Amino acid sequence: MLLKMSSKMSSSTNMANARRMVQQLRVEASIERIKVSKASADLMRYCGEHAKQDPLLMGIPASENPFKDKKPCTIL
Amino acid sequence: MCDHTFVAITFGPCDSCTLNKPLMNIYLQNEPVNYCSLCVEMMACQGLTQGENLASLKAESEGLKLRLEEERAKLHDVELHQAAEKVEPLGQLVTKARRSLKGHGNKVLCTDWCRDKRRLVSSSQVTEHAVTMPCTWVMACAYAPSGCAIACGGLDNKCSVYPLSLDKNENLSAKKKSVAMHTNYLSACSFTNSDMQILTSSGDGTCALWDVESGQLLQSFHGHSADVLSLDLAPSETGNTFVSGGCDKKANVWDMRSGQNIQSFETHESDINSVKYYPSGDAFATGSDDATCRLYDLRADREVAIYSKESIIFGASSVDFSISGRLLFAGYNDYTINVWDVLKGTRVSILFGHENRVSTVRVSPDGTAFCSGSWDHTLRVRTGRYLSLSDTHTHTHTHTHSLT
Repeated sequence: MLLKMSSKMSSSTNMANARRMVQQLRVEASIERIKVSKASADLMRYCGEHAKQDPLLMGIPASENPFKDKKPCTIL
Repeated sequence: MCDHTFVAITFGPCDSCTLNKPLMNIYLQNEPVNYCSLCVEMMACQGLTQGENLASLKAESEGLKLRLEEERAKLHDVELHQAAEKVEPLGQLVTKARRSLKGHGNKVLCTDWCRDKRRLVSSSQVTEHAVTMPCTWVMACAYAPSGCAIACGGLDNKCSVYPLSLDKNENLSAKKKSVAMHTNYLSACSFTNSDMQILTSSGDGTCALWDVESGQLLQSFHGHSADVLSLDLAPSETGNTFVSGGCDKKANVWDMRSGQNIQSFETHESDINSVKYYPSGDAFATGSDDATCRLYDLRADREVAIYSKESIIFGASSVDFSISGRLLFAGYNDYTINVWDVLKGTRVSILFGHENRVSTVRVSPDGTAFCSGSWDHTLRVRTGRYLSLSDTHTHTHTHTHSLT
């Protein structure tokens, strides 16, 4: 009885896993996709639009820098 | 190492087989029932359609995977760096170390910035800008959006929330509230848009969404086949999704409400240590033990860039974008931080200074600075800016910073 149970268990687990995988793949296959060229253009446009507000790109005036040193920093 | 065990809140007679076992609380036709795990498995098989067997399911699986690859390949008309050829290149990054916060004998494993202020929370005891965490096994920490509380957890398999107080003498541990419970270590945590909900990821292979007040599990996310190491929420404008990365080399995108795994990406060759959304929410970056960082676009449904160099052979532990998305900061196990031009795919800077692995890199919410935490027990905060190529100043390509 125990042997039957465990083989039933492992085959039912495999089946359940296989069904889950098929269902998951169906979901993934059905999504709408766009071309990489379009996606790239959107990423580039976002960068361009926000570049001016990016302090790590543009830098910030010393007067506005919240991390301004009180004493000088040594750069080797 | 992942064990697909589940959090068993109850033990008792199964509603189906009546045997006394650990029970899973599930919903059948919106009715809550308690089934043991064996009965849950048996039930999952009962809905088999005519003629379905293991072989036919596997064949369908393979067919679907092939179709997915074909569909993705059809749209692969150009590489991101080719499309970005006309974009003005970046010059040299000049950074200035602003703060170096030394810990008291603890490796820094995680940090988070407070949304509105310039405070940092980290897993080691520091001065000035950071908050002390009351434990040494913390692997994940996060600031609440209000700045009034922090969440942390790690090897205790839990995520706890600590309210913050201005009174330095107050014992924070006394007020702590246990929110999340996993069956393995907590690898990452994040508040959602409010102080009321927390998203966690764990070594048990799952992610979960919790209600802070009641500690109730609101949604669980199953799909990884090994430890989940990192998660990141989509920027709020783009809806209720988040991305997770794990030891199964996969990055998964999830719908927070339904628990559904919407998209899955498997191109890394080793564990994914860190995932981070691009600021527009249309893409995300990953850092991996395979020594590369990659960019995946969600609408093209594929990897669109790899950030790697032959000279970089150590794993990337943590990644973060600057606020325009043009720069990707990545911390590595060879003690360095590499800064990548996201669009062109080139490395624009390498930063030295840490004396051990860089475990975490975070850009501040307003984008003015980034901080790096390391196993050398320090947190370093740096600001910087790019000199355009036409700038008359010349600087050496790399900087070693030291603070007096």
